Amino acid sequence: MFIRMIGKAFFRQWKKMTMIALTIALGASLATAMLSVMIDVEDKINQELKVYGANIKVVPKDTSVIDELYDVGDENISGAYLKEDELGKIKTIFWAFNIVDYAPFINTDAKLSDGTKVDVTGTWFNHHMDLPTGEELDAGIASLRSWWDITEGEWLDEQGNEDPYRAMAGAGIAEREGISAGDIISVEGAGGSVMLTVVGIFDAGGEEDDIIYVPVDVAQEIGGLEGRIDSIEVSALTTPDNDLARKAAQDPSSLSVAQYETWYCTAYVSSICYQIEEVITDSVASAVRQVADSEGQILKKTKLLMILITILSMIGAALGICNLVTASVMERSQEIGLMKAIGAHNGAITGLILAEIMCTAVAGGVTGFFAGLGFAQIIGHSVFASSITMRPMVIPLVAVLVVLVTLIGSIPAIRLLLGLKPTEVLHGK
Amino acid sequence: MSLLELKNVSKIYGDLHALDHVNIKVEKGEWLAIMGPSGSGKSTMMNIIGALDKATEGEILLDGEDIAKKSAAALTDIRRDKIGLIFQQFHLVSYLTAVENVMLAQYYHSLPDEKEALEALDRVGLAGRAKHYPSQLSGGEQQRVCVARALINYPEIILADEPTGNLDEANEEIVVEMFNKLHNEGTTLVVVTHNPEVAEVAQRTIVLRNGRVDHETVNENFTGKIKHITLM
Ligand SMILES: Nc1ncnc2c1ncn2[C@@H]1O[C@H](COP(=O)(O)OP(=O)(O)OP(=O)(O)O)[C@@H](O)[C@H]1O
Ligand SMILES: [Mg+2]
Repeated sequence: MFIRMIGKAFFRQWKKMTMIALTIALGASLATAMLSVMIDVEDKINQELKVYGANIKVVPKDTSVIDELYDVGDENISGAYLKEDELGKIKTIFWAFNIVDYAPFINTDAKLSDGTKVDVTGTWFNHHMDLPTGEELDAGIASLRSWWDITEGEWLDEQGNEDPYRAMAGAGIAEREGISAGDIISVEGAGGSVMLTVVGIFDAGGEEDDIIYVPVDVAQEIGGLEGRIDSIEVSALTTPDNDLARKAAQDPSSLSVAQYETWYCTAYVSSICYQIEEVITDSVASAVRQVADSEGQILKKTKLLMILITILSMIGAALGICNLVTASVMERSQEIGLMKAIGAHNGAITGLILAEIMCTAVAGGVTGFFAGLGFAQIIGHSVFASSITMRPMVIPLVAVLVVLVTLIGSIPAIRLLLGLKPTEVLHGK
Repeated sequence: MSLLELKNVSKIYGDLHALDHVNIKVEKGEWLAIMGPSGSGKSTMMNIIGALDKATEGEILLDGEDIAKKSAAALTDIRRDKIGLIFQQFHLVSYLTAVENVMLAQYYHSLPDEKEALEALDRVGLAGRAKHYPSQLSGGEQQRVCVARALINYPEIILADEPTGNLDEANEEIVVEMFNKLHNEGTTLVVVTHNPEVAEVAQRTIVLRNGRVDHETVNENFTGKIKHITLM
């Protein structure tokens, strides 16, 4: 009976119901588009951040001071080092989950067999780690330097081959010294001499093209620097800085306890740096200013704008629904009065009307959702020049918004309905 | 004990006394007509008896229970369980068929039962029109659907406010005949009317004037059949 009534009431009021469905569809489509774009683009930018490499650099305390004073670049002239055996601790900090990748670097001077001086840098390529948490992580420059163009050979695979005496040479030095993939070169440093198989030549388009990269242990052996690390590059997902983060970046001790808590428990670059410094002895971790940082700012503003559009579209939908549902209830006041007169309780009538509106809302919401996915693609392509992946999280969000907006929009009509007196409508006054 | 008793019931709108200390008793199974000029308070009284409206003061005893001070929800239950309402306008839900309109009353009362609803329509002579929509029925037929709906939950009292006000003579007679049938089955009827012919069929007539009971007449030779007064 209930369903039959809803069906028939629907059919009779199909124009209004269509309008309600359209209103909801419009609101839902905007909300879907905005939420999809917002969530996806945020993820994408964070991904890009990873692609563009590290955003945090960790160096020994003394080096950092000298670096600031004289800007000597990567040259380690202070003689200070980080400890290799502490590297794993980075994945134990509070924001460990946000650390997506990192790699240590150890530089040493060496000579080729013909006496030419070369820079040799030890690092992780795709270093496998079993973390104390039970997680596994493959970290290293394979992803931190994903933009390197391999011109010959292939990436050095630390896991596939047990032989550590392998190297990747930059395009610059390879060309000068006539090195090509597959060659075996002899490298001699303060710690001794080794024979290395060159597995790949890369073009990084910068200073790195003059460096020979080898696994960490090999560089330490060449330089006689066992257990030492010059620097660590960390790629972390971060929250864009705000005033609190900037204040903390200056001096964490200037924060109140509550501010400190908030800051420590937010993935600001500065709090992640701070936490890294806590676990790596005598280290200074600092944010590498880069494109991603300003992108983060833009993203934050865009996000705000999108949230605003979502809220406005929802308010618009609520107002539209409010009008339409009220009109529908007024149009049916006789019928409602009659139902009350023959013994229908307020709850039963409210239920009937809400069920009708909700069915309409669901139809509108589903239509709007799919339309919104289309909108999201259009926005993605025209604004962010990338397609938008649908995030499952958007579905419950939009569903909740649609239900809320429909309910809120129906409140005035329900109030009208509750206040309606059968005597006022039934005697044709 | 009377089925219905009004004790000093008043309904006051501002300084208008729509009902002014009305005392009425209706016995179980009685057929009572209420007359009076326009504005004398007939509908006001019916609304109060029908638990659609509240009196400003006084007691309304239905089945010995005072309904004057009950909550809105309790009044809804009383309407649903004890009262059958018929109005001058034939209020039907336009998008439901005749039988569905009857079933609507069942739905809010207990459970819709199509067979029983069809039987009720049969009793008012509309078995063949069950699947028609109100717009496809004549005024008289619509009013008969309303009667069927008022009957469906076996109310203790049927309240009809000018049930024949919008009907022609032929349909008026059909409705009055239906009342007679209900009366013979023991249903209590209170019928407001402007039409003396309709009032005369009842066992007793109460005339209201300015919100008060003006006088009361008892129909000595009650037959339950309408007597047409032919004007010369
Ligand atoms: N809601 C209201 N507010 C104010 N006054 C009202 C209201 N309802 C009825 N009245 C007044 O109460 C008086 C009685 O009205 P009521 O409808 O009971 O008359 P009636 O006897 O049914 O008349 P009719 O024969 O025309 O139907 C009238 O003067 C009317 O104007
Ligand atoms: Mg009246």
